[in-house]
Amino acid sequence: MRIGVFICHCGSNIAGTVDCPSVAATALKYPDVVFSTDTMYACSEPGQDAIIQAVKEKNLDGVVVASCTPRMHEQTFRRAVERAGLNRYMFEMANIREHVSWIGKTKDLNTGKASELVRMAVEKLRRNRPLTAKRFETTKRVLVIGGGVAGIQAALDCADGGQEVVLVEREQSIGGKMAKLDKTFPTVDCSSCVLGPKMVDIAQHPKITLYTCSEVESVGGYVGNFQVTVRRKATYVDWTKCTGCGLCVEKCPSRKHPDPFNENLCNAPSINIPFPQAIPKKAAINPVSCLMLTKGKCGACAKVCPVKCIDFEQKDELVTVDVGAIVVATGYDLFDWHKYPQYGEGRYKDVITSMQYERLLSASGPTGGHVKRPSDGKEPKNVVFIQCVGSRDKSVNRPYCSGFCCMYTAKQAILTKDHIPDSQSYVFYMDIRSPGKLYDEFTRRAMEEYGAQYVRGRVAMIYPKGDKLIVRGADTLAGTQVEVPADLVVLAVGAEAAKGAVQLGEKLRVAPDQYGFFVESHPKLKPVETNTAGVFLAGACQGPKDIPASVGQGSAAAAKVLGLLSKAMLESDPAVSRVNPARCVGCGKCIQTCPFGAIKEVQDRFGNPKAEVIDTVCQGCGICTVTCPQGAIQLEHFTDNQILAEVNALCPPKMFANYE
Amino acid sequence: MLKIAYYPGCSGQGTSLEYDSSTRAVCKALGVELVDVPDWSCCGSTPAHTVNHVLSSALSARNLAQVEVMGMDKVTTPCPSCLTNLRTAAHKMEDPEFKAKSNALLDVPCNNTVDAQSVLQVLAENVDPELIKSKVVKPLTGIKIACYYGCIMNRPPEVMKFDHHENPMAMDNLMALLGAEVVPFPLKVECCGASYGIPRGDIVHKLSGKLLDAGRDVGADAFVTACPLCQMNLDLRQRQINDALRENFRIPVFYYTQLLGYALGIDRAELGFEKLCVDPRLALGRIKQPAQAM
Repeated sequence: MRIGVFICHCGSNIAGTVDCPSVAATALKYPDVVFSTDTMYACSEPGQDAIIQAVKEKNLDGVVVASCTPRMHEQTFRRAVERAGLNRYMFEMANIREHVSWIGKTKDLNTGKASELVRMAVEKLRRNRPLTAKRFETTKRVLVIGGGVAGIQAALDCADGGQEVVLVEREQSIGGKMAKLDKTFPTVDCSSCVLGPKMVDIAQHPKITLYTCSEVESVGGYVGNFQVTVRRKATYVDWTKCTGCGLCVEKCPSRKHPDPFNENLCNAPSINIPFPQAIPKKAAINPVSCLMLTKGKCGACAKVCPVKCIDFEQKDELVTVDVGAIVVATGYDLFDWHKYPQYGEGRYKDVITSMQYERLLSASGPTGGHVKRPSDGKEPKNVVFIQCVGSRDKSVNRPYCSGFCCMYTAKQAILTKDHIPDSQSYVFYMDIRSPGKLYDEFTRRAMEEYGAQYVRGRVAMIYPKGDKLIVRGADTLAGTQVEVPADLVVLAVGAEAAKGAVQLGEKLRVAPDQYGFFVESHPKLKPVETNTAGVFLAGACQGPKDIPASVGQGSAAAAKVLGLLSKAMLESDPAVSRVNPARCVGCGKCIQTCPFGAIKEVQDRFGNPKAEVIDTVCQGCGICTVTCPQGAIQLEHFTDNQILAEVNALCPPKMFANYE
Repeated sequence: MLKIAYYPGCSGQGTSLEYDSSTRAVCKALGVELVDVPDWSCCGSTPAHTVNHVLSSALSARNLAQVEVMGMDKVTTPCPSCLTNLRTAAHKMEDPEFKAKSNALLDVPCNNTVDAQSVLQVLAENVDPELIKSKVVKPLTGIKIACYYGCIMNRPPEVMKFDHHENPMAMDNLMALLGAEVVPFPLKVECCGASYGIPRGDIVHKLSGKLLDAGRDVGADAFVTACPLCQMNLDLRQRQINDALRENFRIPVFYYTQLLGYALGIDRAELGFEKLCVDPRLALGRIKQPAQAM
């Protein structure tokens, strides 16, 4: 075998603390190495050309590059090697930047360690063999999970790009959090007016199938060929017949259950259409409060329904769809502020969340857009906003900034003045975080034009005094304590991961971070990809985001999906497990341990059970190889022989004489 | 019968005699035997820890060591200030270096094996509520009570480890058990001004005045407290507060043990209602006689 070694300086990143020419000179002494050099930037175009040229001139059949982490440039060099006419797996990378130069300061020791890592790579490469990817077809259909604004955008963009789309939404209507908002910042335009047309597009698009009141039950398969089971929960209304006339909603006598769409500010009838612009505009029965379903008597809705679409016998339905890619857009939930004892833990009715305030401001809300406080229905004059409730606070395990609360609080302060001209808003804040186009100007407008009093400091307690709430806090700029008599207190609650996100992540094999938000593939360069091929992220399920960012990510995820499904065939990674049937005893332990369901039992021609790896499903994790009691499974490109060769290169077996 | 070491604290010998005597009477009636810590000394109160933490700790550690000599592992005190010092000393002595410094000042070293609890915590956690209910002979039906815990009984939570630090309920639950109507008093753990009553009366007038005002707002006939200093500021200084704020508060301020003792039918002489500055008779008069309560 003829191996070429390239030691990269990475400018001064590596060469600063590693003697690269010396590493290259040492490498020339390793077995099978016929060429060795150092290069300023191996990843640059001249760097890659030099590799290709060396392969051709020196007739190399394997290449080692010692540079940065393989996560950075392995693909780059594999492609370069391929352009030189070699198999892309006849290449090994030694990480002498993250593992050597960045973490050690002593040049001698670093140079020695770099040489050893290169030696390991050479020894592995000597045992590599060409591998070829398998090609397979993809299903030209996309699943979008979550019908908030991010999911809506992703679904529309995928459908406009020519793909079939299945949109699954847990609630009765799509629209998500944005549908509940009154206005949006920084333009103060009507939220539902902006969102409404997009929702209608979803309903009317010929390529989009919409499943609301539905949840993803299970996910099988792999990129290009997922099988997804969707549970369509019983609505007790035949939606093929329901016209959304709303007669049943008017006549329903059971109205004691809080209305989640209105953030529990008022009650909702047991059969309901959540809001006027709901898509689909169909009624659904809440089985928890419906008199017919709980007590077996009533049926008022069935009597008045002109098209006879009420069906109390309806059951959940499971639908299976084959899709090639999945976009996760499950959004966020609001922090439960009751964890803060200083805000009264729910004892004071006039302490409400920002989302409840949105509903009070909204013309389709419980008060018809007239701001009335919950306790006595009076119009508040002094409104106190408290920011960072469940954001930037380690004590409640929410150290992150939710990002949008500063902006929506400024918006609500402006709207308060619009609704109640003789009102005064106070905002307790930690810092104003308003980066974004026209954002800082907007918060300044709230202060300067709308006269909102911004007080920098935290609130220590809220207590009632007469029919007012006294908000006591610190003014850290003035260095004093302040007490504001408030008629209404609005808590700017932060964002947290959506309920059920972690469970959904398990089904999709997408990891949540420590707070439950889904982890993207790379924080900067792969923001909508996940580590599971074919599964993409959009919107706040990846981290708190405002509307423009969510929409942008929805489109980004759609672009990724369209790129993926535009290929006629996909290639599978050949670095997968391989069963040696001669050694396999058919014990089935590997089938049990495989986390991806990538191993199945087959019978050989004598009828003996044998394990077989499904190439396209196998993720190459290697769990089966260490499970197999017979050593019958080897992971291609990471075989026992290859790895042991690396270990031996690092710790050469030596004979020690022991004279004691 | 529960046997527990008892640390009365200095104020129990002077300004809050009635708290000490009613505590002893109530515990006896409920089957909690209090054994006085022999030769106990002052906990150091506020002056000690403002001057020197080791000295302050040593003063409390001496008392904890006395409890260890008694062969007991739990001590109770009615006074939250004493309790804070005892618990803070124990908390600080978890650091061996600090413990060594503190013990260097003592003849008998403290091993830090004693858990200090308030009498309220002992009653709340070790006495069956049903037992209390069964012993009530004069239910407090008809009186509206604001429970005031003071700022240090539950705080800091990591040291005190009892009840909720912003919205404690132990006294509320106890008073409700006795039949009283407990009003939702919002300033349960606010500062009364504490020992500022001596150098800066104006501070106490303002802070305690706010407490009385909030109590009146929620319609309280009376306060109950668990702290001698809170009681003194609200009760003894109520007239000063009235003068300073041009108010006319007349809200009696009981120790919770006094009302507990009243409900249990304990001899009035042991409860010391006559020690209160604001006449409690009007408030006590609101309590319906058992026949009426039926």
